[in-house]
Amino acid sequence: MPNPVSALFARPNDDTTKTVTIAALVAFVCAILVSTASVLLGPIQQAQIDAEQAARMESMLDTLPGMRQVMEEAGVTALETRIVDLQTGQFAPDIDPATYDFVAAATDPELSVAIPTDDDLASIRRRPLYAPVHLLERDGDLLLIVLPVYGSGYASTIRAMLALEPDLSTVAALTITEQAETPGLGARITEPDWQSLWPGKELLNEEGDIVIEVVRGQAQSVHEVDGLSGATRTGDGVTFALHFWMGPNGFGPFLDRLAEEGL
Amino acid sequence: MARWAHHLTTPLVKENPVTLQILGICSALAVTTSLTTAAMMSVALTAVLCMSSAIISLIRHHIPTSIRLIIQITIIASLVIVIDELMQAFAFEISQQLSVFVGLIVTNCLVLGRAEAFAMRNPVGPSVLDGLGNGLGYSLILMLVGGIRELLGAGTLFGQTVFVTVADGGWFEPLGLMQLAPAAFFIIGLLIWVIRTRWTAQIEAPKFKLHPSLKSAGGRS
Repeated sequence: MPNPVSALFARPNDDTTKTVTIAALVAFVCAILVSTASVLLGPIQQAQIDAEQAARMESMLDTLPGMRQVMEEAGVTALETRIVDLQTGQFAPDIDPATYDFVAAATDPELSVAIPTDDDLASIRRRPLYAPVHLLERDGDLLLIVLPVYGSGYASTIRAMLALEPDLSTVAALTITEQAETPGLGARITEPDWQSLWPGKELLNEEGDIVIEVVRGQAQSVHEVDGLSGATRTGDGVTFALHFWMGPNGFGPFLDRLAEEGL
Repeated sequence: MARWAHHLTTPLVKENPVTLQILGICSALAVTTSLTTAAMMSVALTAVLCMSSAIISLIRHHIPTSIRLIIQITIIASLVIVIDELMQAFAFEISQQLSVFVGLIVTNCLVLGRAEAFAMRNPVGPSVLDGLGNGLGYSLILMLVGGIRELLGAGTLFGQTVFVTVADGGWFEPLGLMQLAPAAFFIIGLLIWVIRTRWTAQIEAPKFKLHPSLKSAGGRS
């Protein structure tokens, strides 16, 4: 009597049992292959992403005039990272910035909160309870603060680092850290040419309202940034992300407290 | 081996998948703004094509006809995911530039076309050679288009300056058009023209003809 395996393979190819078995076998082998690759390579990919984000932060600091010198005088080589409780606007010293995962927290029901639909300018549905901020201070005076912001663009979630001057309205730099917009159109927000339009822009008007906008075509004032042609919705995504994160559901309470009490 | 060699060489020019069969055009437009991305895409596609041909040829006698396309796609998709993951781990910057196009190798008709047309009916050796040949044929066109676009669009090759641009104090005014997708269409079109002038057998018979009376009426000005 032949063994069952060769008996199965000896069946005709249109046999139902063989069809189902082959399909299951192929699916199983492929699943093993894909998941093995994903698990084995995951840590290496994460290290690449982390290294790239750190490099982006470094190159952003390099674009700020005099920032390196200030840091040297303050005796630091990197910005200090602190965790902020977004609701109260207070620092949360009991959370370790080194291990807090801002991105993962956004989908963790225990670490995030749903945003009311009307307030969800950035179309992100939930936001983390805590957010990291990176800052540079000297003798208790704030010199620079960098806020992580994100929102939905045209095809992807756009993540950016927004560096603000001590007046908490003037943009020192904006750098896009993650996006998957249309290559050649929206994806051009990652180009230095576009990001160099941001320094000096004012997020707030005299009344303190958030008015910054990526416009179609040429910017007319310090509250406007040139849009990229063919990428209106990507530009809107950046605009709405800034409005959300500067507003009451984002860093608003923290920035208000900072303006009143300082660090 | 020698009698199989034509599997490797014919797809290079004579039966080039891009210029004769017009397959794989989407990625050929998207990733050819520079030689580096074109080269990386070529390597990824050739690797996937060789491996998928080998695997599908290996199990071809046991693939049930009714689900053969699904089996082929499953195998191709798994290989593409593995390649994509490898690139994200070891060639991070280029994989960022290639963005979705590595993943889209799955939908590249070239890969499925070779699986269905060749690997399903031939032993492993010729199938791998056929995959390699077609991969190299695709790569050849990609590198040509990428080279022309990068040279004329930015004055560089593989990121190394060849023509010094006006912005850097040289003489070369980059052709912005070359960095846009239509330029790839023009170049591939010109390549097809050149190849079909040389190898006239590639010219397709017209699918229909205008009635003689229309021609003489001068309908087109």
